[in-house]
Amino acid sequence: MELTLWTYEGPPHVGAMRVAASMEGVHYVLHAPQGDTYADLLFTMIERRPSRPPVTYTTFQARHLGRDTAELVRETVAAAYERHRPQALLVGEACTAELLQDQPGSLAANMELPVPVIALESGAYSRKEGFGASEAFYQLVRGLAGPAAEAAGTERAGGEAPRANLLGPTSLGFRCRDDVREVTGLLEALGVTVNVVAPLGATPDDLRRIPEADFNICLYPEVARTACEWLQRHLRQPMVTTVPLGLGATRDFIREVGEVAGIDTAAAAADADARMAWYSRSVDSNYLTGKRAFIFGDATHAVAAARIAHEELGFTVVGLGTYSREHAREVRRAAKAYGVEPLITDDYLEVERRVAEATPELVLGTQMERHIAKRLGLPCAVISAPAHVQDFPARYAPNMGLEGANVIFDTWVHPLMMGLEEHLLGMFKEDSEFSADAPSHLETTAAPAAAGAEEASAAAAEPAAEAPQGAGVQWTADAEAELRKIPFFVRGKARRNTERFAADRGIATITVETIYDAKAHFSR
Amino acid sequence: MSRSSGSGLQQCPAAGEGRDGILQEQGQRQVFCGLTSIVWLHRKMRDAFFLVVGSRTCAHLLQSAAGVMIFAEPRFATAVLGERDLAGMADCNDELDRIVGELLERRPEIRNLFLVGSCPSEVIKLDLDKAAERLTAAHEGGVRVVHYSGSGLETAFTQGEDQCLTSLAARLPAKTDEAPSLIVLGTLADVVEDQFRRLFDELGIGPVAFLPPRRSDELPPVGPGTRLLLAQPFVGEATRALIRRGAERIEAPYPLGVEGTLQWLRAAAEAFGVEQERVDEVTAAPVARAREALARQGERLRGRRITFLPDSQLELPLARFLAAECGMEPVEVAMPYYDRELHGAEREALGEGVRLVEGQDLEAQLDRLRADRPDLTVCGLGLANPLEAEGLLTKWSIELVFSPIQGFEQAGDLAELFARPLVRRETLRV
Repeated sequence: MELTLWTYEGPPHVGAMRVAASMEGVHYVLHAPQGDTYADLLFTMIERRPSRPPVTYTTFQARHLGRDTAELVRETVAAAYERHRPQALLVGEACTAELLQDQPGSLAANMELPVPVIALESGAYSRKEGFGASEAFYQLVRGLAGPAAEAAGTERAGGEAPRANLLGPTSLGFRCRDDVREVTGLLEALGVTVNVVAPLGATPDDLRRIPEADFNICLYPEVARTACEWLQRHLRQPMVTTVPLGLGATRDFIREVGEVAGIDTAAAAADADARMAWYSRSVDSNYLTGKRAFIFGDATHAVAAARIAHEELGFTVVGLGTYSREHAREVRRAAKAYGVEPLITDDYLEVERRVAEATPELVLGTQMERHIAKRLGLPCAVISAPAHVQDFPARYAPNMGLEGANVIFDTWVHPLMMGLEEHLLGMFKEDSEFSADAPSHLETTAAPAAAGAEEASAAAAEPAAEAPQGAGVQWTADAEAELRKIPFFVRGKARRNTERFAADRGIATITVETIYDAKAHFSR
Repeated sequence: MSRSSGSGLQQCPAAGEGRDGILQEQGQRQVFCGLTSIVWLHRKMRDAFFLVVGSRTCAHLLQSAAGVMIFAEPRFATAVLGERDLAGMADCNDELDRIVGELLERRPEIRNLFLVGSCPSEVIKLDLDKAAERLTAAHEGGVRVVHYSGSGLETAFTQGEDQCLTSLAARLPAKTDEAPSLIVLGTLADVVEDQFRRLFDELGIGPVAFLPPRRSDELPPVGPGTRLLLAQPFVGEATRALIRRGAERIEAPYPLGVEGTLQWLRAAAEAFGVEQERVDEVTAAPVARAREALARQGERLRGRRITFLPDSQLELPLARFLAAECGMEPVEVAMPYYDRELHGAEREALGEGVRLVEGQDLEAQLDRLRADRPDLTVCGLGLANPLEAEGLLTKWSIELVFSPIQGFEQAGDLAELFARPLVRRETLRV
């Protein structure tokens, strides 16, 4: 058992739902108890989808348990097919149904429906949402594009534009809707035609046309890498693996598309520019240099964010991690490049501990890191799913390509400006209260003051990042006062460094002198 | 008989069909499981923690339902079962003990721990009753550990609260005398609870206890002399558990709207031998205020047709309130469960001419809805936006459980919840 307050990913059947809900003409029959229909509202509320997800649930209850449930599966499959007349049917089970072992997939396959029936293995007690989405997409591609591979062939008239499939965008994916538009525009400018976008917006017939493309673009590896690798092995369709998140990555993406498509894109890559490049070079952005950023999210967005933070905004990456274990290797490699310890975990308390330890000035993460940052009084921007309703915006807000780079610049810098404002407010407030002997943990109560009172009390209940950690090391009143003159967003780091410095040298009492000794020591 | 004449519905029940003329329906259900009730119960009982023993799905449901609240001061969590746990039952108990130990170490202020059963824990027959006993003994003097089920197999949405209250009912101290006392059963918003407490004080009814209490150690004694007044229509099991302990139920409608609240108080007053003149005197001012507030909203609702999809068991009393006090015309009122003891009077008050349905067969129900095309449909969030996109105006039902709606002072607000989508539709030019 695992104590879970928050889960970064849902169960695997929610991943399969995301694939089904992304597509047209696919229906998903899910063997699940009454109540599991809650998942519908992820789509209807968070993504504000105007139609029900194409999912029929068996919604069994206690009175169905026993031999009834298999019959219920057959009835539900028959009714769902009759009503929705899908072109392909996914059949799977949620965690409770997995325990009943009704084998809904093979039950449905034996019903001889006139459409492909794709049975999904669940693994609900060992796998999660990302795997569920990847597996459902892979099975669909394999089931539909596989047999069509030979018939579709690759005979194209000479001189025809190279064609690519954009694979991976899904419903409830982070900014997928606009990323697809941005990347499609980028490819068109290069003279590459988009053949099929899938699963988002695709039909089963579209999946059958996947073999007609010259190559695949694996836009979201968490969903599409398994399918892309299979297509590469079995259909000899090469794949583009660079994800165009950030200006540099977009340039690399253009180059790689050129190599794979056999066209010259060197000039296009060199010309690719976004306003963010000038914005970042402008003197306004000088103060961004060396800002300490902690990054956490799905592997793709986390790795891309680290590169953007380091190369394009001049931040220092002080933490890098992911919850997607299947893609941990890339994160480990990137973490090594930035000289930080990779964090591979889906335990939010572990992430919170690591954020507190790293004492960053900016947290780039998921919806959960937003809450962690709020609690610790740190600026934060969301870079990856899981995200809440505000990160499914009405406006055009891609993260990929050139406009994506612009969006990212604004999104990431915005909380920092706020942080600076907050810091100025804090300084003036502190000045006027200097004689009033402010409490030593003023920073923990002051920082979240803008947030709701609830968050404030929650933050006060637990020692925050800046609370003294050094065992046995005492601070003199003067030293505490001096520490409070340091801007609050670097104060945690200063406190930690000073305590480490003192502990290493056996200094029992930290004075003003010790602070400056430590400062000099660490600035080398 | 539906008021929507000519809709050509085959499934419209003939009078007398099923119990009390209620059509029984089976099939796909679009409802929450009982775990969802944790979202409001943990706010009500401030020293209680709810530990679900279940799967990642359960944890995912809770965080989806709790939205942004989960980090405010979460007093719930999930012990997520893994493959290892499914292999051996003995390990499972050890694991649970370890997790509860960890949890209580992190949260020493917790006095009451609810182990909440889920579909997976029930299918693998994990004995959480026994675990609760074992854990209470292990943490003796510190924390009481209780088990109840919030699984979708056993419970729909608000029934989770009923199961929780039933587990509390067993733990109320026994009353030592036969003096009259009142227990108000079912979660009420704090502000509503305070209003009712003042009214009972003025009427001279007491001592009054509200169940669930704000602190889980504030459990009122129960026994002969205890009267039960139901504030919510979904507390059937808890009611029966308290009756078995000697309490006596006061028959009353639910305190929704001016008339509902007035009759609710009158029934309590009668049970405590308070003159009805005294009730009129005490309630005169709030009743006048409430009628005025209601009249304003009522104008917007009068003559509008409304359908309830099944959700919380609040459907019957809400339909009664909207029909009797706001002039609305209920078309179909569907409820997850019909409990004749608890809902019979509300069903009668609603009268004939309304299609009543117990249970759900989602697609068939949506077909009826599309044929009826009511002015307003009360439904869950999984259906609300899709129905709006079809041009059907909706009121999402969960809000009715999360908002203060009972009592005189909230009668206008309650009507306003239904009027708001209509006003919005008329206002928008997009």
